[in-house]
Amino acid sequence: MLTIANLLPDLLGTYGDAGNALVLAQRARARGEEALLLSVEVNDPLPVASIYLLGGGEDGPQRLACDVLARGALAERVADGATVVAVCAGLQILGTSFSVEGDDRYVGLGLCDVTTTRGATRSVGELRVRVGERLLVGFENHGGRTTLGEGVAALGRVEHGRGNDGLRDGFRSGTLWATYAHGPVLAQNPWFADAILSSVLGYELDPLDSVADLLYEERCRASRS
Amino acid sequence: MIGGRVGLALSPSLLVSLARARTSILVSGTNGKTTTTALVVAGWGGDVVTNDTGSNMPPGHVAALAGSSATRVVLEVDEAWLGAVLTQVRPRVVVLLNLSRDQLDRANEVRQMAERWRLALAGGDERVVVANANDPLVVWAASEATNVRWCDVPTPWQADARSCPQCTLALEHGAGPWRCSCGFAKPSAITTSLRDGLVIAGTRHEMRLALPGAFNEANAAMAVTALVEVGVDADQALARVGDVEAVAGRFTLRTWNGRTMRLLLAKNPAGFDALLSAVEPDDSDVWIAINARIADGHDPSWLYDVPFEKLRGHLVWCLGERRLDLATRLDYAGVAFRVVDDEKELPVESRAVPLIANYTAFAEWLARSVPC
Repeated sequence: MLTIANLLPDLLGTYGDAGNALVLAQRARARGEEALLLSVEVNDPLPVASIYLLGGGEDGPQRLACDVLARGALAERVADGATVVAVCAGLQILGTSFSVEGDDRYVGLGLCDVTTTRGATRSVGELRVRVGERLLVGFENHGGRTTLGEGVAALGRVEHGRGNDGLRDGFRSGTLWATYAHGPVLAQNPWFADAILSSVLGYELDPLDSVADLLYEERCRASRS
Repeated sequence: MIGGRVGLALSPSLLVSLARARTSILVSGTNGKTTTTALVVAGWGGDVVTNDTGSNMPPGHVAALAGSSATRVVLEVDEAWLGAVLTQVRPRVVVLLNLSRDQLDRANEVRQMAERWRLALAGGDERVVVANANDPLVVWAASEATNVRWCDVPTPWQADARSCPQCTLALEHGAGPWRCSCGFAKPSAITTSLRDGLVIAGTRHEMRLALPGAFNEANAAMAVTALVEVGVDADQALARVGDVEAVAGRFTLRTWNGRTMRLLLAKNPAGFDALLSAVEPDDSDVWIAINARIADGHDPSWLYDVPFEKLRGHLVWCLGERRLDLATRLDYAGVAFRVVDDEKELPVESRAVPLIANYTAFAEWLARSVPC
């Protein structure tokens, strides 16, 4: 049984981010896996899960989400091998500090050596990232500038848009996956959803023909044109 | 529109002088602006000037006011422009319908919008704010205003007001009125409510609407509350409001190439949720058209905030430039779908099919179809 927990959609879920949890669950089910999809709200205890998802959000809710998660057992779960998939504000929370209104060094969860400060401008638009031989296409809307510490690998190289700093986007650190491509990035990039699932399930997944592949091809074409 | 832009370029105070010595009502909010504006216009009766061309920013307001000497003014106002228009037009009444996520890649974040409204609306002895008491972000925006008429109207979409606008803790949306532990809560001094008719300031009125849906009852209730503030008799206003059957093509039956459809506009999760709830079990097929141009917002991520799961058991025909985004969303929702690359493939049905479209897709379907 694969338990997939979407964390704090009441605080972090500004851009349809709950879609990522749904996509992981549905693609696992299509491969014959049993998947349980949980929505964990601010007053709920943190359940034991294989995959936790964090979405994007505004300053106030982002700060509160960080505080709620810091009080819970997410760090222990990650130490036990749980996977975390984080986008946008969720990405920032995983690091050691991030910037919110009135505080440029708000203390994060510290699950990896990543810091975020406020960038000079806000980036809103299509994001295209080269991840190995694949492209990750999505949409970003954030004002952060994220710096990766030594030993933290970027998810990929930015071909269009800003990501962390105009050069690299997101990161991979142990079982943590993060990108600035917000919203249903896993719906738009089925290969990325399968890469995460494969890392959790421990085996290569068979291809899954679906309309999501057509969407991915179309978005790649649109991003390059 | 061009006339409006030239006018503003000539004089930034043009809107101020055009609005002077008239009685104005402004209508703003994420959903229902155009419909509610049309209901206020109809309910007021007589010679009313309004910006019914779809332009709800100052150039549209200037163009409307420059073209009419009517002393009754009803203006639909884009959320981001409310503060500026408020200062220039000096309205008698401001109607605040709701605030929820909409095209966030343009307007950034909805809580910031509520904060800007709050600053703009603070004080203002000379005006009355008619505000939705069931939308915590609207309550936050209106609660520093001197004169508020709180409206207890159906507001099912609460996903953008889960955390308190005052302190960011989780709001309690339980059986009773919504509240927060910090003290911020639903206002208790309610002027308008919908209980077996429309109740305004303790007086009950019959309300029968030609327009469908609970969301239109909320729009009508707030429209009539605003009209009472400018001296219109509520029953007379309601009689006129009840006769409105269509607003800018919305809700109307149209035909196109032998197909009949009811054209519905939804631009964001809250609007879609309201319309999906109004899809009848008998509607075996539903057509949905999604674009993502500037006016729609370039980012269709919001499709994942729409509870499309409600359409299980229906067949959805996916239309518009972002039909693959829609189809993927429906696939993951477990809803049967067809991707329509050529609209000629659409089936000819004996009954009218609901066609739900977002902004520019709606405009396309309105242009290519004709009324029944």
